[in-house]
Amino acid sequence: MRVELKGVTKRFGSFTANDQINLVVEPGQIHCLLGENGAGKSTLMNVLFGLLHADEGEILIDGQPVKFSNSGDAVRHGIGMVHQHFMLVPVFTAAENVVLGFEPTKSFNRLDHKTANAQIHELSQKFGLEVDPDAVVENLSVGLQQRVEILKALSHDAELLILDEPTAVLTPQEIEALMEIMRSLARDGKSILFITHKLKEVRAVADVITVIRQGRVIDSVPPTETEGRLASLMVGREVNLTVTKEATQLGEAVLELRDVVVRDDRGLAVVNGISFDVRAGEIVALAGVQGNGQTELAEAISGLRPVESGTISLRGRDITNLSPREILDAGLGHVPEDRQRDGLVLSMSVADNLILNTPRRAPFARRGTRNLTAVSSNAQDLVQRFDIRTSSIESTAGSLSGGNQQKVIVARELSRPLTCFMASQPTRGLDVGSIEYVHRQIVNQRNEGLGVFIISSELDEVVALGDRIAVIFAGKITGVVEPTTSREDLGLLMAGAAMASHD
Amino acid sequence: MTENVATTDNAVPPATRDGTRRRWWDRYSSTSPITLTVLALVLGVVIGAVIIMVTSATVLDAWRHSFHDVGSIGSTLKITFDNVAAAYRAMITGSVIDPTLLFHSISTGQGWTVTMTPLSETFTYATPLIIASIGVGIAFQTGIFNIGANGQAIMGGIAGTAVGSMIHVPMIIHLPLTLFAGIVGGAICGLVPGVLKAYTGAHEVIVTLMFNYVVNAILIYVLTATALQLPGQANGISRNFDASATLDPIFGVKSGLRVSYGIFVAAAVVVFAIWFLKRSSLGFDFRVTGANPHAARASGINPKFIILALFVVSGGLAGLAGLVQAASTTHYIDGGFLVGSAGIGFTAITIALLGRLQPMGIVWGSLLFAALGVGGRAMQAATGIPLDLATIIQSIVVLFVASPVLIKEIFHLRRGAQSFQMATKGWSS
Repeated sequence: MRVELKGVTKRFGSFTANDQINLVVEPGQIHCLLGENGAGKSTLMNVLFGLLHADEGEILIDGQPVKFSNSGDAVRHGIGMVHQHFMLVPVFTAAENVVLGFEPTKSFNRLDHKTANAQIHELSQKFGLEVDPDAVVENLSVGLQQRVEILKALSHDAELLILDEPTAVLTPQEIEALMEIMRSLARDGKSILFITHKLKEVRAVADVITVIRQGRVIDSVPPTETEGRLASLMVGREVNLTVTKEATQLGEAVLELRDVVVRDDRGLAVVNGISFDVRAGEIVALAGVQGNGQTELAEAISGLRPVESGTISLRGRDITNLSPREILDAGLGHVPEDRQRDGLVLSMSVADNLILNTPRRAPFARRGTRNLTAVSSNAQDLVQRFDIRTSSIESTAGSLSGGNQQKVIVARELSRPLTCFMASQPTRGLDVGSIEYVHRQIVNQRNEGLGVFIISSELDEVVALGDRIAVIFAGKITGVVEPTTSREDLGLLMAGAAMASHD
Repeated sequence: MTENVATTDNAVPPATRDGTRRRWWDRYSSTSPITLTVLALVLGVVIGAVIIMVTSATVLDAWRHSFHDVGSIGSTLKITFDNVAAAYRAMITGSVIDPTLLFHSISTGQGWTVTMTPLSETFTYATPLIIASIGVGIAFQTGIFNIGANGQAIMGGIAGTAVGSMIHVPMIIHLPLTLFAGIVGGAICGLVPGVLKAYTGAHEVIVTLMFNYVVNAILIYVLTATALQLPGQANGISRNFDASATLDPIFGVKSGLRVSYGIFVAAAVVVFAIWFLKRSSLGFDFRVTGANPHAARASGINPKFIILALFVVSGGLAGLAGLVQAASTTHYIDGGFLVGSAGIGFTAITIALLGRLQPMGIVWGSLLFAALGVGGRAMQAATGIPLDLATIIQSIVVLFVASPVLIKEIFHLRRGAQSFQMATKGWSS
């Protein structure tokens, strides 16, 4: 199936999200759509999948113009989409999820499990996507859940598969497996539209790369193009992809964890006896696939989740199970993993967000009365120093772009006296330009003698920033290694293979 | 996900085209909350007019006549218009001011009492509403849906009446003490659901709602089985306030104008609320908690403390409202105190939402509701149209304010009008 987008334009009010986009996906082609966050990739895909209506332009399938009034139409025309956030029912089995909406039934509308399982089995065989039809989805790994999503799309006879940022949640091995699946589907004549902002993946798998910036197609290039060239096409200027770090003097241990055990909401010990140190003047990066206890570990360190056993100390002071307030005051700077949920109040002003965790500190308040002048001048100062792009300090934090929202948090945390700086997924969802900026800030803090603890599921980030890399798997540290360690070894550690030496 | 957010964020307002007409239209159509509320009121009045037309016997008779005699359509339209106009005229002159009386008073210097009575009544009714609604508004801003304002107001009334009628000290001590008792009564009543929510995770909507019934029972109990009952009475009725504990009419009892020093209490509450929300550290914590409880926790705010503090503030204000009601109008409480249609604590929820949880918005909302109530009574007296019409208009205003999308469609407005949704989000949480 040959899909062509011709002059597709989509506006939101006066903002043009897609501007005269032309795109052709040939049968059996892996076509990669590369662009920063906010470049208009998802909007374009939503237009193609019938979730949004284009203001101008048309969609041609095998030369015939088609009109989709909803995603059902798109599915009937052989377009399938795997969303970034899976649309699965966690408590249903893989088979139930795949047949959802088109369930085979027996008399009295009873679900026909047997036929459903057989259908899944057949699909799995045909495309080489092994999934246990009876496995409950919430018990599957993220990579397998994704397979279920792909199977679901294929079960509707999709000829064009749209994969929206499919690798964000996968381990390197799972990414490799996904790419293999993509290649084999392409060999079977399926077309694939692969949306991403990660340069490595694009070059590994794509047949054609179309770069989108500010809603326009900038260029279509072959995968042989260099990463640097792709990055500058994406951002629109030269980007420095490598982080330069000078050697620093290591100081005392500022963050020490000893045999820390933390339970998740279901009562499972997801952090299961973790010990490590972060010393002043170094960056320790915790690598690992999402969902191996990192979130809970960060919450425990910042006091948001009780520590079951073990101790956490900040420059020798025991902060285990202190309140978040006490831990903040003890000098832990924290950039939370979910910045919109835990780090910002989106409906409040940038100025208020910049003092969110120090509102009672002098000079921002005195005897219970806020000093709004001090709050404003603090905001003016930080907006300038950290180059936060906002129309005004009174604009709401929600009106900022993701990168600038992150800058607000980083600015807030770094503007108070710290002992240790902890950042969870500091560049998740940020564009290349903002990533560069946040990384530079983190390295600056280390150079100035702060102990920095980074939690990231981006291997590139971990390798670029870490002076030492600790790898977490299933709540345990599987190894602490040098940043020079090969990606294969890191991948193995992330998948649970224990390391013999080091530390 | 992030991509979509970024996309809409970048949507800048359309460039203003030249010409003042265009600018006027832009301002009109940009749907500020005030525009929206005024338009909702217009719609309420229009629908009210339709209801008057289809329910008034005179109007219907005239139309029936016109069916047979098409020539009389002119007079029928006139009758229709006159009826509607008379109703609304009575409503306005009965709640604000009657120009005829005003000119008469100015020219002769007499009859000021009659002239000013409507305004006085409106302010009298608005006073406790303002106080209670601000209490509810602060709770809603904190993301806590205190539906128990009515019970808290009754409790404040009970506590205040007890202090006001059973302690005998000079006014300089007695009045402040009585006001304080009202606050404490409401605060304690609010703390019960507060403690339940903070320490057991009980949902405040259910607990506060149910607690209203408990308080109703307590009211009957204290009025019939305790020393608060007026001696020698079998009915549920309390002792009378000492003269040193009442909020007296500003212009003196003899003036005949009921508007009392209670409005100064309400004014003080408004000033306090504005300061509290904008300038106090605790108010900041409240707002952060309401806007994003996760971020509040992560930035060191103790959620349990906030819940308890909120119920003290919100319940305290509701209690004060109940006390002001008793101390400025009846000077005693009985079994019907704030029960049923007199339940200011329930009206307060509506007004808080109408006023978008902002103190000044709440003041206007309270005045509007009080005026509709007072004017409705005047209308009923003057035209025989039932008071319920005023209630219908109140409800329609709230209904339309609560559905900004509908208003936008009806008046072809373009954007904005999201502020209200902020106020009502999270009911399910």
